[in-house]
Amino acid sequence: MKRAVHIVALFSCFLLAGCDLVVLSPAGDVAQQQGELIIYATVLMLIVILPVMALTVFFAIKYRESNSKASYEPEWHHSFSLEIVIWSVPLAIIICLAGLTWVATHRLDPYQPLRRISEEQPINPDVKPLIIQVASMDWKWLFIYPEQGIATVNEVAAIVDRPIEFQITSATVMNSFYIPALAGQIYSMAGMQTEMNAVINEPGVYDGFSANYSGAGFSQMRFRFHGMDQTGFDDWVSKVGASAQDLDTDTLEALNQPSISHPVTYYGTVSETAWDRLVNNCVDSESLCRNDMMMVDALGGGGLEGLWNREMFRGICSAEDPGAFIAMLRPEMRLRGDEIVTVMSLLPDATPDPRH
Amino acid sequence: MMTDSAVNDAEKFYVLDDPHHDGDHTHEPPTMLGFWVYLMSDCLIFGILFAVYAVLGQNYAAGPSPADLFDIEMILVATFALLFSSVTFGFAVLRMDRGDLRGTIFWLVITGLFGAAFLYLEYEEFSHLWHLGATPMASAFLSSFFFLVGTHGLHVTAGTIWLIVLLVQLSQRGLTTANTRRVMCLSLFWHFLDLIWIGVYSLVYLTGVLL
Amino acid sequence: MATSSDPHGLASGSVDIHPFWGKLSWDIFPFYEPIVLGTFIGVAILGLAVLGAITYFRLWGYLWKEWFTSIDHKKIGIMYMVLGLIMLLRGFADALLMRGHQAMAASGSEGYLNAHHYDQIFTAHGVIMIFFVAMPFVTGFMNYVMPLQIGARDVAFPFLNNFSFWLTVSGAILIMISLFVGEFSTAGWLAYAPYSGLEYSPSVGMDYYLWALNIAGVGTTLSGINLVVTIVKMRAPGMTYMRMPIFTWTALCTNILIVATFPVLAATLALLTADRYLGTHFFTNELGGNPMMYVNLIWIWGHPEVYILILPIFGIFSEIVPTFTGKRLFGYTSMVYATCVIMILSYIVWLHHFFTMGAGANVNSFFGITTMIISIPTGAKIFNWLFTMYKGRIRFETPMLWVMGFMLTFVIGGMTGVLLAVPPADYVLHNSLFLVAHFHNVIIGGVVFGVFAGIIYWWPKAFGFKLEPFWGKVSFWCWLIGFYLAFMPLYVLGLMGVTRRLSQFEDTFYSVYFVVALIGALFVAAGIGAFLVQIVQSIRKREELRDVSGDPWNGRTLEWSTSSPPPYYNFAFTPRVHQIDAFAQMKREGFTRPTTGFVPIHMPHSTATGVVLAAILTVMGFALVWHVFWLAAASFAAALLYGIGHTFNYDRDYDIPADEVRSIEDQRSAQLAQAAE
Repeated sequence: MKRAVHIVALFSCFLLAGCDLVVLSPAGDVAQQQGELIIYATVLMLIVILPVMALTVFFAIKYRESNSKASYEPEWHHSFSLEIVIWSVPLAIIICLAGLTWVATHRLDPYQPLRRISEEQPINPDVKPLIIQVASMDWKWLFIYPEQGIATVNEVAAIVDRPIEFQITSATVMNSFYIPALAGQIYSMAGMQTEMNAVINEPGVYDGFSANYSGAGFSQMRFRFHGMDQTGFDDWVSKVGASAQDLDTDTLEALNQPSISHPVTYYGTVSETAWDRLVNNCVDSESLCRNDMMMVDALGGGGLEGLWNREMFRGICSAEDPGAFIAMLRPEMRLRGDEIVTVMSLLPDATPDPRH
Repeated sequence: MMTDSAVNDAEKFYVLDDPHHDGDHTHEPPTMLGFWVYLMSDCLIFGILFAVYAVLGQNYAAGPSPADLFDIEMILVATFALLFSSVTFGFAVLRMDRGDLRGTIFWLVITGLFGAAFLYLEYEEFSHLWHLGATPMASAFLSSFFFLVGTHGLHVTAGTIWLIVLLVQLSQRGLTTANTRRVMCLSLFWHFLDLIWIGVYSLVYLTGVLL
Repeated sequence: MATSSDPHGLASGSVDIHPFWGKLSWDIFPFYEPIVLGTFIGVAILGLAVLGAITYFRLWGYLWKEWFTSIDHKKIGIMYMVLGLIMLLRGFADALLMRGHQAMAASGSEGYLNAHHYDQIFTAHGVIMIFFVAMPFVTGFMNYVMPLQIGARDVAFPFLNNFSFWLTVSGAILIMISLFVGEFSTAGWLAYAPYSGLEYSPSVGMDYYLWALNIAGVGTTLSGINLVVTIVKMRAPGMTYMRMPIFTWTALCTNILIVATFPVLAATLALLTADRYLGTHFFTNELGGNPMMYVNLIWIWGHPEVYILILPIFGIFSEIVPTFTGKRLFGYTSMVYATCVIMILSYIVWLHHFFTMGAGANVNSFFGITTMIISIPTGAKIFNWLFTMYKGRIRFETPMLWVMGFMLTFVIGGMTGVLLAVPPADYVLHNSLFLVAHFHNVIIGGVVFGVFAGIIYWWPKAFGFKLEPFWGKVSFWCWLIGFYLAFMPLYVLGLMGVTRRLSQFEDTFYSVYFVVALIGALFVAAGIGAFLVQIVQSIRKREELRDVSGDPWNGRTLEWSTSSPPPYYNFAFTPRVHQIDAFAQMKREGFTRPTTGFVPIHMPHSTATGVVLAAILTVMGFALVWHVFWLAAASFAAALLYGIGHTFNYDRDYDIPADEVRSIEDQRSAQLAQAAE
């Protein structure tokens, strides 16, 4: 079957005069499986589509008015057995396709850790995925490497055959994070964190972009994704790390200003709270951090005085000052403030997830 | 002979004694069904607003929650005003069925007064909240609250205006077919708003204060 | 680094609000855009020419009395079709601009549109094509044909019908005004929040979008209520549900869908409007708003909307195929059930428009599988048409050509649609040009082809002469070739990972595909041109093409039993129905048309209320767009008072005297006698 898929892919590529159908022949295993799924599903549906098209043409020719030899039965309008076929053939195809969909959707759930590196290579449970945090901004992409403590704009690199875990958010409107050669896209949304697990199997430089329209600079909201071997990646990390620029709170706020065709930028160091601010939609000094607001809401809201208390809290992030959000609580709650902070820090990550 | 069979033949495929020409009554059934269908579509609007409230109703944005805001006793009074208005509308329809124009008008006026009382109490509540700073702009919870309750209030306002217009028409023309049809439509509308309010009262006010 | 000082293109959004003029000022006219200015001059000249001609031929009174204020469902239906045709030209002009621009932009230049202008054009194209082309066409057919098919004299609420139409026109007018006064939305046809919110789209463009759709949406809902009630209550005696023509069935399902989904659109847009005008937080990023909810709500309306468009078109094909094969429709019952199943299923598939939002695998596969299930009844329909052709005598008149084009094209679109319903496949194809190709494949290959087939099919009924076939065939072939040239390259581009709504390209590699697509669009332009020529030619040759029988195609349903065009009361005597294809049975059994014993017919009066109210509401919409709140309030009050005033008019019906009916029917008898000679 696999060979058949390749033959079909090759054949269609030949038809299209050697064009680069990246979606059907990508360099990452996840995209590879998604591309194969397109071919499988197409073949499955062609089982019914092709006969229908052929029959349409055949009947049209055979029963044309000028062909007086063909039989004519003006009152024939019902056939129980034929109707069974009419309903059951599409039904059978859809049952197969539904099974395929169920299995494939679960196997390729972007939130799940990878199950294999490639068809030939199983996953090594000892290798932790490389975590890359991705934020869409107007109109550029910011990438943070929490382990390496570096950040880049409009350029991202990963190691060949090592799983990658993208954590995705948006500092602006909804965008979609998409590297066709690597894996299917996932939306980036403000105040949300979505996830995508993927792996790149061949070294190279690939295109990435936003696949969801986001305004004036949308066409230029592109970046390059580099698949590198371990040494190449280490060199790249030290090159970025050598940059004198620091992604602190002020730089982040300045970066968040709209810009079109933003050049590739390296940040040698990254403030620890940068990602918290991005995910919680409080990059600007005027905004309220969503996680803190949600904590207060979970405690029953800030009361009427909260409308004023929260104004004092603008631009402050509890990731930087864990006790600060107590300022937003009602007086009776504030008495137990320390307790609440402790409880909150014990809770699992309160980052909102679109699944809930 | 020829003509006879022709007539029978025509009778098979055509309604020769056409009922469509005799006046108004053929138009009545479509109106009531049409109004029902309209109410169902309106119900969907409320359905969406309820759903929006269910999604956003706890996003206080560190601001006030229902427990901080709602004066449940005043709301209860408003609720009873609206429930009574439905009962009095029922009385009006009963009077109308007996052909009693004055009785109909009397009960409709009472209904309108109850409706106005409800609107007054809602206005009081909204302006009170506004003065506290709990405006629709303050948080997603308040946005969805004001919109759900306010849309219902707008409907009651529209119903009250309709009621006033209808009172004028009733006193001008009496219980004609057209007018009784209108009273029946408004009655459906009024009871529908009552039902929606029961939903609002339970979902927004009761659960808001109790939970 | 090119930092834009005006990143969201707020040229007219940041002006101060004047207490009297609102946001209106001299700066709002886009003189700085040569393309818009050129278009404006062109439209102004054309418009003046049309208005001048109407004045010169003294047609205003005629148009006003016989058309604008008419509550005859047939005239309203025709007006819907005219509206759809005019807006098709506008929407297609947008399409040509986009195709031309992308072909240039992909070839290494910047193209002739800047991002801000390009974004407005694709938004306008989508909004116009769905709301002001496809919807009016579909509603027009349902208005014209359905009451005739069920043997009714009008719809249930004739005044409401006129009002609904003018509300749709009102929305279309607001969109057209936005071309020259201010600007249009850049947020795409569904205006995803938070981009469509005040923070990211402060300009008036979004407000034009909101008020145009709010007003037109009310019209559509009212029309939906009206037609549902018409079908349920006003069928001729004997026409049980299972004897209704298939087109009427699809009209019923469509209008149920309209009634059950347009309120969702109204509520959603109202909430977005509140976010923009009052500063509430339904769909904002701040203070607890939830933009994902907008995406859900808009698609809860948006997906059934797709079926609102395609179901009546399926109905049209189900009328045309039996007529031109000279056979009863194969599998009437399964056709009815398929339609109902599609209607119900269309409510539980909306999430397939955003698998990539990050819902879990269970949720995604549920919605993926429900989507696929829709292809079962759709497939059954295709088979039914196929087996209607089997052992038939197929006459390849122009409507039948469109059917053939549809059947071969639509299955491809259906296939790519099911492909997109597989969530992991959607991850790589979502928002790509593959998706764009898919929905154009079903909308052009389905809706547009069906609209043309329907126009040619029912034209003789509406005007008494057939459309001339030569230019019709030219139009068909141009459309068919144009469609394949324009959209097959987009499928390929989608597989190459090209996303939609791009105004600039890095890669010149794509250029050949975009150039082919442009050539395809030019073919389609030729197809539209040929269609217009066809109409003009047919009007010129109308005496040759005249059909006096009222039944030029040997039709099977009741609309063909009337004269062409039908008298304004449709049926002198209400028909009695005994089986499906009532008129086929009547002809088979040699029915006799009654020529005596006429009785007065009760009909509603024409009224100007609908036009006037819609005009006032257009002013209100315009005033709200520009924040001229005193005018908005005044026009709202005026509309309210006018509406209340209308309810004091109790004199809405009259009787057509039996003599008048007799003289009209005698003319018809004479016509038929002449045809028989």
